[in-house]
Amino acid sequence: MSANSQDIKPAAKAPDVPPSDGGRFAIPPWLRRAAGISELWTFVILVALVAFFTIAAPGKFFTQYDLTQIAVNAAIYLVLGVGMTFVIITAGIDLSIGSVLVLAAVAAGEYNIHHGGPASSWGTVAVCVVIALAVGAGWGALQGAVVATGKVPPLIVTLGGLGAALGIAELATGGQDPAGAAATHLQNSLGFGKLAGIPWMVILAAAVTALFGAVLGATRFGSHTLAIGSNPTAVRRAGIPVGRHLIMVYGLMGLLAGLGAVMWLASYGTTSIAGHSTDNLKVITAVVLGGTSLFGGRGSVLGTVIGVFIPAVLTTGLIVIGVQQYWQDVAVGVVLVAAVYIDQMRRKTRERA
Amino acid sequence: MASAREPLLAAHGVVKRFGHVQALQGADFTAYAGEVVALIGDNGAGKSTLVNVLSGVLTPDEGEVRLDGVPVRFTGPMDAQRHGVETVYQDLSLAPDLDAAANLYLGRELVRGGLLGRLGVLDRPTMRREAIAAFGELGVELKDVTAPVTTLSGGQRQSVAVARAVAFANKVIFMDEPTAALGVVQRARVLETVRRVADRGICVVLISHNMPEVLSVADRVEVLRLGRRVASFTAADATIEKLVGAMTGSLDEPAQNGNHGATEAEDGR
Repeated sequence: MSANSQDIKPAAKAPDVPPSDGGRFAIPPWLRRAAGISELWTFVILVALVAFFTIAAPGKFFTQYDLTQIAVNAAIYLVLGVGMTFVIITAGIDLSIGSVLVLAAVAAGEYNIHHGGPASSWGTVAVCVVIALAVGAGWGALQGAVVATGKVPPLIVTLGGLGAALGIAELATGGQDPAGAAATHLQNSLGFGKLAGIPWMVILAAAVTALFGAVLGATRFGSHTLAIGSNPTAVRRAGIPVGRHLIMVYGLMGLLAGLGAVMWLASYGTTSIAGHSTDNLKVITAVVLGGTSLFGGRGSVLGTVIGVFIPAVLTTGLIVIGVQQYWQDVAVGVVLVAAVYIDQMRRKTRERA
Repeated sequence: MASAREPLLAAHGVVKRFGHVQALQGADFTAYAGEVVALIGDNGAGKSTLVNVLSGVLTPDEGEVRLDGVPVRFTGPMDAQRHGVETVYQDLSLAPDLDAAANLYLGRELVRGGLLGRLGVLDRPTMRREAIAAFGELGVELKDVTAPVTTLSGGQRQSVAVARAVAFANKVIFMDEPTAALGVVQRARVLETVRRVADRGICVVLISHNMPEVLSVADRVEVLRLGRRVASFTAADATIEKLVGAMTGSLDEPAQNGNHGATEAEDGR
């Protein structure tokens, strides 16, 4: 009897829905929901990549050295990606992150140079960290305030910010990376230090990811972020201060760019003024690969983690199997376009239903 | 019969200008507890403006709004909500990517106790439980309150929006064209819900274009034309012809019944 009623359900639905292949098979709801989770698909791709490289280069790819290297390389992008996830979920974008990172690094670096250079004390290191975070958060909040007016699209606000922040950094340094920007203390601790074999860079990135993953998934702040990207008018009518929230979201992005600056200084010891022009594209790619919708309203930090690791695994993997690593750019480009295409299709099907 | 009671919500001489356009030219409005009152009028008659004034979205340039006999001046929709006045917008005002429970509590989220609550950590289990209860009270069946609202049918989405208003309103609910996007069955169900809400002693103000629907569900009908109330009927007295006549001005003797406001000439533009 119960089997019968199961059978009747799709048949009864049929007149409502235009006949489609999906309607004929009784897909269990849990499977359908799991398939709807975009992180799952990206995760499958990541696992497939790791499996492929492990088999293609046995004993070479899956070594502790390579894993550590991948994780360290990914750490800064992961921190930036966490902030970008929040921004993109509000249906925004931040192109300025590379420049903001440089500006924060230059601000902190200049302070360090004038307070002891490479040999500066722990106190100076602490001040530098605060400066980098404050510069990043301040710049981000400023951009957020302009976005919040609703008069200029985020793309343009942060494109302007990209130019302006880099310009200020170059004005302050004459365009040359100043010597002595990072203290030896900072480099030896955060930069090269390890805790139980795990680099501090990785631990820091993991902590930031876990913290803001929880903020997005479990708090009022996260829920409002998703709601704003989903329907800003409804959120405004519900009495949530949308403008203030956007300032906080872009401020958070800036803060994490500032943290990225600290991590960069720690691991490379220089401001790399010219080296961050494609950070924005890399990070946006990772976030979108991770299933966060460019149209706002949907996304997760977990997805971004996976999205960050796909290009990282590809680069290392291709080197290990002896293929020119530039194929990585081609592959990621194709996957990115496919990811957005699928997101669009899914959105359309859902809205038709 | 209605005039013996104290109105729950009353507006007198409300004026609202947008630049040179005077959307409301001294509009009146009266609504009583426990009734469904329909607000009708042709396009541009000022229905939306009046509802926006009454629900706190707009502040009037002149005139007075009284809630429970007390003059009120809402500073925004939130202020109106604090006074127990809710609105179901025509576009439903839902966040389609969030689930029904999250939408029900949008802007009024419940947080956990203690330190976690101070950090803004949501109490999702309670919100879900309360949401199921709220939908149950309205006789709405939602299979899954954790599914994103965008996956629900039009009628279910409507129910979520109505349930949200009902859960928090204790005085007045405005509903802007609540059945415009619905099929026949869902339409009937929403109207049933409207009736049930009014029976709890809440005043439901229904903005609608659909005359048969208005006559079937409303207790009274107030008609706006050119920014003023030109007539108010009890549904029993009203016919579609009378309503359309009042809306279009083809029947131009102002005294229908219980007409307080429209004594002046109407060519005040």
